[in-house]
Amino acid sequence: MKLRIEPDVRPVVTSALALSGAVGVFALAFGVLAVGAGASVWQTCALSFFAFTGASQMSAMSIVSTGGTVSAALGSGLLLAARNGVYGLALSPYFGESLGKRLLAAHFVIDETTAMMTAQTNPRLQKIAFWTTAIALFSLWNLGTLIGAVLGGSIDPQTYGLDVGFTAAYITMLVPHLRTKNGRIAAAGGGLLSVALAPLLPVGLPILVSGLAIFVGVKPQRVPASV
Amino acid sequence: MNLSWTLVIWLSVGAYAFKMLGFVVVGSRTLPDVLARCLMLIPAALLGAMVLNGTFTDAQSIVIDERAIGLLVAVVAAWRKLPLIVVVVLAATTTAILRLV
Repeated sequence: MKLRIEPDVRPVVTSALALSGAVGVFALAFGVLAVGAGASVWQTCALSFFAFTGASQMSAMSIVSTGGTVSAALGSGLLLAARNGVYGLALSPYFGESLGKRLLAAHFVIDETTAMMTAQTNPRLQKIAFWTTAIALFSLWNLGTLIGAVLGGSIDPQTYGLDVGFTAAYITMLVPHLRTKNGRIAAAGGGLLSVALAPLLPVGLPILVSGLAIFVGVKPQRVPASV
Repeated sequence: MNLSWTLVIWLSVGAYAFKMLGFVVVGSRTLPDVLARCLMLIPAALLGAMVLNGTFTDAQSIVIDERAIGLLVAVVAAWRKLPLIVVVVLAATTTAILRLV
């Protein structure tokens, strides 16, 4: 029997794979950065496997590499990781009762899987988007980390503009969310808040606080026509 | 320089704890409409924050440097619907070249 991919599933799978491929390239950058910060190859790989939350891993390693303390690195990493808890709040209703499945799914609740899932409107495609992204991204994130860590200190991420590569990936993930007016207001509001608060709060915290921009959603987007 | 395993272990434990938290608090209940609508905007707000914060801040100061041009290139490329990897490479390369100048 031939494997048939339904037409509506194809774009979901394609974009999940494209995103994962690009994230794999950043994993390389993370591996390089972590080893440069003094982590061993094992420690670097353990972070990608068990912590599995790119921006947190990246920020923790940047702080260590700029001479920050372990607690400062941990604090910033955890602040950035806290948003995954909020993603979990949003995604939770879509996952079934099975505790085992929920415990497993939880590990994959990150920016990319949430963005891909919430960009879909029907429950079947949401589930496909989540799991395809989760599996492909987890595999490539860990593979990329390993290669980057082994290549080690021979590459300086800043020289190749890899830091901006991250930002560019976030932009492409943001695009589907800009289709609605509320999405645009939330993105702009969150962005401006995070910059305005940067001088006032410790690194990592402005990103979390920018989540307050979601309250534009309190007002329904379209007022239904009166009957 | 050696990195402590303490950081690796606590970041891993903490990250998973946060991921679990949302799933445990809500369970499989359906959220009220207003709340669900707000929560679905979280990725938009935080992605917007990571883009602008990652471009215009350095530690605790607001700065405009080569990254702003990189961001501009990425926005135009994404807007023209170029593939993700092309967007990323264009933005990174532009920034890298500007840093050389």
